[in-house]
Amino acid sequence: MIRILSTARTEFRIALRNRWVAIALILMAVFSLVLSLAGSAPTGGLGVDRLSVTVASLTSLSVYLIPLLALLMSFDAIAGETERGTLPLLLAYPIARWEILAGKLLAHLAILTLAVLLGHGLAAGVALAKDNTSLAGLPALFRLSWSSVLLGATFLGAGYALSALSRRPSGAAGLAIGLWLGLVVLYDLALLSAIVADNGGWFTTDAFPIALLANPADAFRLFNLTASGAAAAAAGVGGAADAIPLWQSLASVLLWPLAALALAAAAFRKVTP
Amino acid sequence: MTSTLTISGLTKRFGEVAALSGVSLSVAPGERVALLGHNGAGKSTLMKIILGLIPATAGEVTICDAAPGSPAARRAVAYLPENAAFHPALTGLEQIRHYLALRGEDQSQAMPLLEKVGLGQAARRRIGTYSKGMRQRVGLAQALIGHPRLLVLDEPTSGLDPISRREFYALLDALAAQGASILLSSHALTEVEARTDRIVILSRGRLVAEGSLPDLRRRADLPVTLHVTARNGYAPDIARALPGAILVDGALHLTCAQGDKLETLGRIAGLGEKVADLEVLPPSLEDLYSHFSQGTAQ
Repeated sequence: MIRILSTARTEFRIALRNRWVAIALILMAVFSLVLSLAGSAPTGGLGVDRLSVTVASLTSLSVYLIPLLALLMSFDAIAGETERGTLPLLLAYPIARWEILAGKLLAHLAILTLAVLLGHGLAAGVALAKDNTSLAGLPALFRLSWSSVLLGATFLGAGYALSALSRRPSGAAGLAIGLWLGLVVLYDLALLSAIVADNGGWFTTDAFPIALLANPADAFRLFNLTASGAAAAAAGVGGAADAIPLWQSLASVLLWPLAALALAAAAFRKVTP
Repeated sequence: MTSTLTISGLTKRFGEVAALSGVSLSVAPGERVALLGHNGAGKSTLMKIILGLIPATAGEVTICDAAPGSPAARRAVAYLPENAAFHPALTGLEQIRHYLALRGEDQSQAMPLLEKVGLGQAARRRIGTYSKGMRQRVGLAQALIGHPRLLVLDEPTSGLDPISRREFYALLDALAAQGASILLSSHALTEVEARTDRIVILSRGRLVAEGSLPDLRRRADLPVTLHVTARNGYAPDIARALPGAILVDGALHLTCAQGDKLETLGRIAGLGEKVADLEVLPPSLEDLYSHFSQGTAQ
């Protein structure tokens, strides 16, 4: 445990000096503020409180931003050690590989959590100041916060796995951006075009829900929209939220971090310094 | 007394290429062993197998009765990699404190350790601002953590100036006196010559020679060089008395086989007053090294 904590403390310090902490905090704060200040237009029409609307916007934002931040922090984790030449010495120390990963995860997750809490705290503050019925939206915001951290853990794990698989940070960065584009942007576009082409057939009824649950970013969006009943306020793929039971998207949100971290551990075990 | 490190019949293949073949070696507590060899002779591969970083193809390695890479072995072994590298954003002090924590040692030892290797002043500066020699000292400081039973040092003095090298070997001597075994590789043969108990020469993955320096000299049976300085005007006399001698800058240089050394010295002593000075130069480690490593090349 001392070894994991010391690794986490060291990694946090490095992230602080590399400005990752500042970047994550500022990005989340700025986007959350913009969304909560600008996202007031549809309030009256839908008859929900201001904070719930903000949560729906924040969900869409988090789907893009949290995976990006997680991948940016994690792609260097193992490939960077390999390139700097620090890995052989570290592995000669009496610390298990999973302990190294756990230490890094703890530090990176702490940074993401700080960023999420800051962003969501600001959003809640703005909403409460402008609309005192916003208290009703707090459970949805809390749900968004912890599921954002879990989404972050999933993409941190994926980032570590890519970092272990590619021997160089530049290669790992390329793979990380590719993964982000693939899962967060292109995946939904591909699904939408498949639905259009399918025209209400087998794909739309059977394959589409599974395809959504199989993607951690989509499952995260589904879970938050279904749980807050905000599907009506969402557009695009999120509109499918009603069709899929809550427990299924919850299971996906909970299982993906474990799967991604197991993948990372397996990939790291194969690395020979 | 059991050995700290025992290697028997160690073979490592990378595909078709044999990096190590049938290497056997043991290092006793307190013994300082130098590992010599060309680039690619298998030194670093041997070290990585001892550390458990890569698996052996065949053969057996035990470190203090434990398998390489096992938690017990990793606790017993300290490592200094060639060109020690650390994260540039950390200070020397932070880095050493982290390494202390990884070994379960008290983190307050960090400053004394850094002072021991002469980095007390720079401890709070980032490693990114350090010179190569300073990074090498951080590497040395981390290798001194705890009480390692075996130190594996890959080119430990590269990047250090002559004074630092001397301090470095003094630290090693102190560790060896406390019973730590030391296995180091080096290209600086002259410093290894004076500072190690035993020399192991690797060539193309095979152990070609092993023993103390006098031992290797005897086995190589390379000629001894003698430099005789004549008193004014007596040089031609001496040259006549010592067939084969060549006059270089007023001194006579001659070589003789190991077995003829005493007889030749006797003849020089017999010249009495004509000789001003005499120097005996045994074959250097460089000579021995090329002798043994060429033996397998042919």
